[in-house]
Amino acid sequence: MSTETNSIDIDRNVGNFFYNVRSTRDAGVGLTEKTIDYIVDVKKEPEWLREFRKNAYRVFNSKPLPTHWAGDELKEIDFDVIRYYLASGEAAKRTWEEVPEDIKRTFERLGIPESERKFLAGVEAQFDSEAVYSNIKKAVADQGVIFMGSTDALKERPELFRKWFGKVIPTADNKFSALNSAVFSGGSFIYVPPGVKVKHPLQAYFRINAENFGQFERTLIIADEGSEVMYMEGCTAPKFTTATLHSAVVELVALPGAKIQYITVQNWAPNVFNLVTKRGLAMEEAEIKWIDCNIGSRLTMKYPGVVLKGRKSRGEVISIALAGDGQHQDTGAKMVHAADETTSNIVSKSISIGKGRATYRGLVHVPKHLKGCKNNTECDALLINSTSRTDTYPAITVRGTGNATQHEASVSQISAEQIFYMQQRGLSEGQAMSLAVNGFVNDLVRQFPMEYSVELKRLIDLEMEGSVG
Amino acid sequence: MSSIVIQDLHVSIAEKEIIRGLSLEFSKGEIHAVMGPNGSGKSTLAKVMAGHPDYQVTEGDVLMDGVSILEMEPDERSRKGLFMAFQYPMEIPGVSNANFLRAAVQARLPEGEELDAIEFYQRLYEKMDLLDIRREFTARSVNEGFSGGEKKRNEILQLAMLEPAFAVLDETDSGLDIDALKVVANGVNKIRGPEIGILLITHYQRLLNYIVPDFVHVMSEGRIVRSGGKELALELESKGYDWLKEKKGEPVGAN
Repeated sequence: MSTETNSIDIDRNVGNFFYNVRSTRDAGVGLTEKTIDYIVDVKKEPEWLREFRKNAYRVFNSKPLPTHWAGDELKEIDFDVIRYYLASGEAAKRTWEEVPEDIKRTFERLGIPESERKFLAGVEAQFDSEAVYSNIKKAVADQGVIFMGSTDALKERPELFRKWFGKVIPTADNKFSALNSAVFSGGSFIYVPPGVKVKHPLQAYFRINAENFGQFERTLIIADEGSEVMYMEGCTAPKFTTATLHSAVVELVALPGAKIQYITVQNWAPNVFNLVTKRGLAMEEAEIKWIDCNIGSRLTMKYPGVVLKGRKSRGEVISIALAGDGQHQDTGAKMVHAADETTSNIVSKSISIGKGRATYRGLVHVPKHLKGCKNNTECDALLINSTSRTDTYPAITVRGTGNATQHEASVSQISAEQIFYMQQRGLSEGQAMSLAVNGFVNDLVRQFPMEYSVELKRLIDLEMEGSVG
Repeated sequence: MSSIVIQDLHVSIAEKEIIRGLSLEFSKGEIHAVMGPNGSGKSTLAKVMAGHPDYQVTEGDVLMDGVSILEMEPDERSRKGLFMAFQYPMEIPGVSNANFLRAAVQARLPEGEELDAIEFYQRLYEKMDLLDIRREFTARSVNEGFSGGEKKRNEILQLAMLEPAFAVLDETDSGLDIDALKVVANGVNKIRGPEIGILLITHYQRLLNYIVPDFVHVMSEGRIVRSGGKELALELESKGYDWLKEKKGEPVGAN
């Protein structure tokens, strides 16, 4: 074990390291129309997108900060000091050998190339504003699956991209979807042809390296009729003293009979504002499942949703949020039932540590004219310290007589007696806490792929280490 | 001889003195029963030995093999070889019995050493067979939804797995019907031997029909008021605890 000291050091700080990487493409600080022109020009984008972005910029400016919603901490973001686009100006590489040394080292430290060899069908690695590596295994590409950066997709598959881009989440959905629409760069584009079932997950890793930076990736996944795909994303950033902004937009389209599973494990540094809009559109008998794990960040506002547009479609959100001291996880789910016999399931578990705060916001909407719709919502909160906080705001509107909903919520604490019991068996106070927290989320963690559930358990252990004393 | 020595122990909870000058000694290879009416301080004795944070020792000492354990955290006492079977075992939702025991066994290994999973399960199944516990038990969450009997049997399984030098069994018989009592007693009898010293805390003589002690101590108002052989339990059974009140003031027999 002594030979592993090095890797243990890295683990303690998880993603907290960075290399000095020079970016030759830099839009400078602050956001004006010129910033947008810079991005459009440097990315050589079509004119319609320039207009789309500028319109989004106006929408962003017209919308107030939603401080009534999550809280005043949003005011800590200074939009004028953030840098909105940073890149090397080089296209994403197909092999790790071609990736510049410092960037490659970053991803190696995060274990990405290793996971790719072991169990992934394809990987895209984004460093600040652009993908630096993008590769799909040949067997998967041969099935007609497209997996590339959204910047490339815009150029190479404009017909597919434009058909769904901005259709699931309109620009004006909220202030941050507007911001993303104005300055987006990077993110994944996936198209799975009819009937193709991608066996192994496709993975994207979003890495923020620069200080005072905003990452605004845009992901669009289209699963054609009867196809299946699992997508996983991981995110980290080093800890800087100033605010870092991450504001993604993710749109999923599951055509009739298709299945999409979207898994997120994010482990942001405590200075990151993570304000993300994620929504899927499920057509007839299609299924969309969001598995979402939020660890770290200063404030996360994220409510993955599914619009159940087709008959018998299904939507599911499984979410774990861990709010450490000084952090606020404002998360939840949205299920909009828009067809008969649609079902949705929401299971949310949150853990608040120290002065950490976890908020659950749920929206379930079943209009009166529908029949045979079902929703199940469960949200459980665990409070570790007496200063920890949790709030639940479930907004469930189920109208009509032929629809059913079920809602359960609980708040629990790990009691001093439970800790004493575990200590009496030889576990330290920290180990006892960790075990109890892992037990609390265990049924959800089991739904993650093996590799991720191991990682998740390790992240929880690390978070709990500092929570006692 | 490896032993636990309790010397003139005084214990308070929230300013109220519960144990008032208790002395007791037990060694490996022996079973000592501590009997007494409700409120005599029996459970407090168990908890204070295990290091429950609510209790304050105001005077006296508890020595394990000559070393005071009072300054040690509960987990350190446990790893040094002191086990307590709880009167009310706690539930730990989502943590399987196997994982819990694994963590407890792992905590006893030197730092950096990984538990051998195959060996662990072999030993676990062996102990489960000894206590007539079915395999599916390992996957259930610790004590969650367990019957009273199952909880107590789980305590004995943990005892068997952790192989402590000393065990304090706090009212292990409470809330058990006669069949469950026999199963639990049978388990303790299989574990007893020269490698373990057991302090059996009980309100009723009934348990002692199945686990025959080497010594019996009677506790009243925070002290040991009488000590003797196993026949003392029977005497108590026939005469009741009131009989002690008349005896108060007599010198306490040492063992």
